[in-house]
Amino acid sequence: MADRIGTTVDSVDHTRPETLEDASPSLAATRSPRVTGGTPSDEHAVILELSDVNAYYGDFHAVDSVSLPIREKEVTAFIGPSGCGKSTVIRSINRMNDLIPTARIEGAITYHGVDLYAPGVDPVEVRRRIGMVFQKPNPFPKSIYDNVAFGPKISKYSGDMDELVERSLTRAALWDEVKDKLSDSAYALSGGQQQRLCIARAIATSPDVLLMDEPASALDPIATLRIEELMYELKQEYTIVIVTHNMQQAARVSDRTAFFSVDVKEGQRTGRLVEFADTATIFTNPQHDETEDYITGRFG
Amino acid sequence: MTTAATRREEATRAAVEKAITHGGPKLGSLAFRLLLLALLVMSFVILAALLADIASSAWPTFAERGPSFVMNGLSLNPATAGVWTGIVGSLIIAFIVAILAFPVGVAAAIYLEEYAPDNRRTRFVDTTVRNLAGVPSIVYGLLGLAIFVPVVRGIGLGGSTGGKNVIAAGITMAALVLPIVIITSAEAIRSVPNSIRDAGYGVGATQWEVISSHVLPSALPGILTGTVLTLARAFGETAPLLVIGVATGFFSPAGDATLLDQLTGPYTALPVVVFSWSRQTQAAFADTLAPAAIVVLLTVLFALNGFAIWLRNRTEGRW
Ligand SMILES: Nc1ncnc2c1ncn2[C@@H]1O[C@H](COP(=O)(O)OP(=O)(O)OP(=O)(O)O)[C@@H](O)[C@H]1O
Ligand SMILES: [Mg+2]
Repeated sequence: MADRIGTTVDSVDHTRPETLEDASPSLAATRSPRVTGGTPSDEHAVILELSDVNAYYGDFHAVDSVSLPIREKEVTAFIGPSGCGKSTVIRSINRMNDLIPTARIEGAITYHGVDLYAPGVDPVEVRRRIGMVFQKPNPFPKSIYDNVAFGPKISKYSGDMDELVERSLTRAALWDEVKDKLSDSAYALSGGQQQRLCIARAIATSPDVLLMDEPASALDPIATLRIEELMYELKQEYTIVIVTHNMQQAARVSDRTAFFSVDVKEGQRTGRLVEFADTATIFTNPQHDETEDYITGRFG
Repeated sequence: MTTAATRREEATRAAVEKAITHGGPKLGSLAFRLLLLALLVMSFVILAALLADIASSAWPTFAERGPSFVMNGLSLNPATAGVWTGIVGSLIIAFIVAILAFPVGVAAAIYLEEYAPDNRRTRFVDTTVRNLAGVPSIVYGLLGLAIFVPVVRGIGLGGSTGGKNVIAAGITMAALVLPIVIITSAEAIRSVPNSIRDAGYGVGATQWEVISSHVLPSALPGILTGTVLTLARAFGETAPLLVIGVATGFFSPAGDATLLDQLTGPYTALPVVVFSWSRQTQAAFADTLAPAAIVVLLTVLFALNGFAIWLRNRTEGRW
């Protein structure tokens, strides 16, 4: 265990671009036995399809015309500089942007072929199928148990709740740390534990797709590693979309990577999708200079 | 080489020390602190003098009469007159305020904060509510006289007073504190972080589930504290009651009256008792009984404030 953590901490610290390029063809393979980055096969069906998605906040055109497919049981990573619209796009997938009064989405996002923005679609039902883990851990000010049980309770889960809570916490690699204090406040947990609790809460409702907006940005390397391991396990069953600023993380955990960038025109900073491909290609053989500059750290 | 480095380090240390430490207290800031302290002490002294004066005037009444002063009803005889009638009237008014203003106010706050779109109409309503909170209480008395008294009479609860009873008084007081309940509740709801709402929606909760399971419980300490404090306000108000016909003289509630007769008959309230006694020509009423009634009133108000603090600590301390 200590050995493995050692290796990973080491690899997390490798922010130098040269190392990345050297480590081809599958750079993650040389670091960790758990390689997932690489060339995924096309056998997984497309579960979500973004076509010409434009996002606006009031008059501000935040994201310009994004089109990309997201495949079942894969991890799709969104990378790109701050403010390029990664959060905006990921939030539009489960209609969290509906909650921002000024936000507006144009274009289509289909889920199993159904347009999520068609009239009559209930965003609540969408979010039950497409769950979300937020950038900042945001547990409810309630007990650990109630945090996990809330989702299943409102969706009228009829099975054994204790068992579901235990299963969800176990899958989020948190059970051993909290099993003796399930009725304690979730706020008494550390930041990393709170984030894993939020993951447990998100998977307790058994969503189809799990959206994670920088789930590890506030975590130390060890907690980050645990969340990455968790993602590897979760993708056996779920489809995962993750936003990350950590190149190594994207390389380690994702099957496909979307690189976003920002264009400045007429004083507006509009984000756009530059390149979308399988992760190995993005990191070893990107088609655009912009992508290469970004992942090798020469950006800006 | 080494000594040069050491010298440089020493120079840096001295410069940093000079920059981050100051020599003794600064005169200006000391004077300012003393001024603030003096102002604080002054307001305390005025308050304390007032309380001491009232307490010393009230003391003989409590010493001689004991609990009978609190438990006796109104009377023309200063030796037997008590504040019980006023306490009962005030409690009934407070009760009506609680059951009317609390649900209506909280519901209005939920609507304004969670449902209403952020447009000009909503902002207009919001501003109006804030302005209403600043309207002098006597204006609410006129409103009560013009609307609530006839309405109470109209629905058959006029009784012997033709609607100028404790029911109309309670409704008027509820209208008086309603804007304050709305404002404090809306503030409490607004202070619930959006991340909690996101978390609720993120697991597929409906808007009402998010509000009822997460927003309201988090806002509850603020809502309850605000509401209890507005009850205290309703308890202490006098002017609107005088306008809508509270009894300022003496009356004896019929001993065998039914509950309905009592609710619809003449009534008085604690601050009104203070008001009418202090106007009596009999010295005993103005000089000793009125201060004693003030002590009872203040005790109730302090108790309500203490209850509000206790309630906030209790509901807040949960997590
Ligand atoms: N609620 C909002 N109202 C107005 N503009 C917003 C809002 N949220 C985001 N934006 C703007 O939209 C653009 C994209 O923001 P977004 O949060 O999607 O970026 P991001 O790629 O997630 O950045 P980061 O990596 O820093 O999280 C930014 O210019 C941002 O200022
Ligand atoms: Mg973001």
